[in-house]
Amino acid sequence: MSATFVGMPAFPDAAKTALADSQLRGNLAHATGTIRGKRAQVVGEVSEWEELRRAGAAIKDNALHNLDEHLLRLERSLTERGATVHWARDAEEACGIVAGIALDNGIDELVKVKSMATQEIGLNESLAERGIAAVETDLAELIVQLGDDLPSHILVPAIHRNRAEIREIFLRRMASAGRPAPDDLTDDPAELAAAARSHLREKFLSARMAVSGANFAVADTGTLMVVESEGNGRMCLTLPEILVSVVGIEKVVPSWDDLDVFLQLLPRSSTGERMNPYTSTWTGVTPGDGPQEMHVVLLDNGRTRALADEVGRQALRCIRCSACLNVCPVYERTGGHAYGSVYPGPIGAILNPLLRGVGHDEQVDSLPYASSLCGACFEACPVRIDIPEVLVHLRSKVVDAHRGQAPKPEAVAMKAASWMLADARRLGPLERFAGVAGRLLTRISRRSAPGGRRVLGSLPGPGARWTTARDMPAPPAESFREWWRRTRVERSES
Amino acid sequence: MRTAGGSESSDIRVALLVTCINDAMFPDTGKAVVRLLSRLGVDVDFPAGQTCCAQPMVNTGYLDEAVPIVRSFVDAFAGYDAIVAPSGSCAGSVRHQHDIVARRSGDDDLANAVAETSARVYELSEFLVDVLGVADVGAYFPHEVTYHPTCHSLRMLDVGDRPFRLLRAVRGLRLTELPAAEECCGFGGTFAVKNTDTSVAMGADKVRHVRETGAEVLVAGDNSCLLHIGGMLSRQRSGVRVLHLAEVLASTEGR
Repeated sequence: MSATFVGMPAFPDAAKTALADSQLRGNLAHATGTIRGKRAQVVGEVSEWEELRRAGAAIKDNALHNLDEHLLRLERSLTERGATVHWARDAEEACGIVAGIALDNGIDELVKVKSMATQEIGLNESLAERGIAAVETDLAELIVQLGDDLPSHILVPAIHRNRAEIREIFLRRMASAGRPAPDDLTDDPAELAAAARSHLREKFLSARMAVSGANFAVADTGTLMVVESEGNGRMCLTLPEILVSVVGIEKVVPSWDDLDVFLQLLPRSSTGERMNPYTSTWTGVTPGDGPQEMHVVLLDNGRTRALADEVGRQALRCIRCSACLNVCPVYERTGGHAYGSVYPGPIGAILNPLLRGVGHDEQVDSLPYASSLCGACFEACPVRIDIPEVLVHLRSKVVDAHRGQAPKPEAVAMKAASWMLADARRLGPLERFAGVAGRLLTRISRRSAPGGRRVLGSLPGPGARWTTARDMPAPPAESFREWWRRTRVERSES
Repeated sequence: MRTAGGSESSDIRVALLVTCINDAMFPDTGKAVVRLLSRLGVDVDFPAGQTCCAQPMVNTGYLDEAVPIVRSFVDAFAGYDAIVAPSGSCAGSVRHQHDIVARRSGDDDLANAVAETSARVYELSEFLVDVLGVADVGAYFPHEVTYHPTCHSLRMLDVGDRPFRLLRAVRGLRLTELPAAEECCGFGGTFAVKNTDTSVAMGADKVRHVRETGAEVLVAGDNSCLLHIGGMLSRQRSGVRVLHLAEVLASTEGR
């Protein structure tokens, strides 16, 4: 796979390209609109939804508050049940551990359950460098992998593709990866699914090793859980001899009972279903049944950095449902690639800077600004992550990281505005100047907005960005403050 | 405080938080609030020390720069029983962000002052419906209108149906529902210039929905959002004008 997020431009530039892609815009508007509608319907059915959200947030907060204890308990439970636990500080360590297990067992092809953690660490690319082929078995991930593409959504990674494009990818690429697509393949969804099914069936039956993530890791029982829709996960988790699960350390929940809350929150928020089709749980090795060698790689990769951020740590509650992506007006128009990460959308705009830190990469620093702060994400989040609050917090961290350096024009403008607005008496001369400019511009402007107010069609300097598509009303001849002084204060004084 | 126009209303000291954008660009909105409240028996004061709520600084990440502005805000509005703002966004900023700025300053006195003032800030529709207890403000506005519930009014302040209750009571006004009304218009403060293309793409869809309604006037409780949507409506020569809720509610027969 040669596609990569590395070297992506900052969000505004990446978005510009995406916004001009008519097919992408159409695909996304249709897909997010459909999921939004389904989610709203099934969430509306649950009268205690707000209580469930609060419970989900509380369980996660508690788990994060005592993360060290829960992780050690998880390690103990897993080890007692025959799994081997590995700790990985970063992507390189985690990839090295997985590759080591494959190489020790002479494996050159493995199957994968859809997993965000392995996407995050670039596992497939790292394995490929060592001569190990990792085959994605989730339908959308398969489309992305065969198309040498990048995922653009957490739940529906090929959301930017429509069925005509998928047909073409299958026809063109399946043969080189295994069983080819039928020559007479149409873009009928059932036919496309059937082609993927026969292609993948061979992979499931021949693979000796599988790699998964986990939606939840239960500390008291040592149980891992994967929630999915297609059954490919069930195949990967039961057929091969060796199973390696890469699990972010924030996935731990204290007890089995906690799953009650999340299994209600997750499917309704993600696919808009009351219940997901396949929920697989496994607790260590069962002799003679399923994989006989199990490894769990507990991954940090910036999570402890995020945990250290008092405002930002709530992002670690995320259960990767994608509800925030589907309701986000920015995501709906730019798609996921513009965010330059496997975590796009509102959650990506906070998670990437939290995991990677701010102040050293322009692309990462642009993400907290990739939002109009409309709050639709917070409203939809099943674990009540106040994404707008974290976005604003991260913006201040970006600004703080650049304090002490040569100030950008924006920083100079903000400093000047701060001085001006700290004392109302400083506004007088500015408003009088604006009044003169307003009277002048009103006289020379030849255009009026509906309603009659004179408008300017183009502004100089930084204002030009405003007037690319928007008129700007001419300033009024008199500010409110001046009107008040003239009509109230002066009258009462005289 | 139950009835409009009664003597009870004048018992409390009410300040107008006109907001910097209305002061500098939309003075008619501020004048409309003064006229409307005076019609309802509330003698509103304009504390001359006010400047801005500091939201542009906070939302762009300049917290240190916001501190002196928040300081001047609490000084200007100290001692009022109610502070009324014709802006959901600015009211939301005061109620949700001043505390963050005060904590950043490390000044406990400022934090206490912020707690005092921010609890008394009302967005206009909240003040009318919750404090004055009115829905019919005696307005007359014989036009076809559609209403955009701005994001911060809707999701930060949760003003709910208050603006609609006020608009439905306006004589002559015909209210048409705006499709996808709760979707952001794409203004977003500095977002409008930092991410111009995305902002305009969002605005284009909002404008399309506004035009679908066939309304002649788009009304909202925030002139900042209307500056953006109205700027596009004007650029397109759509013929649809934008107007702040306060100006609709202040309208009476013969004016």
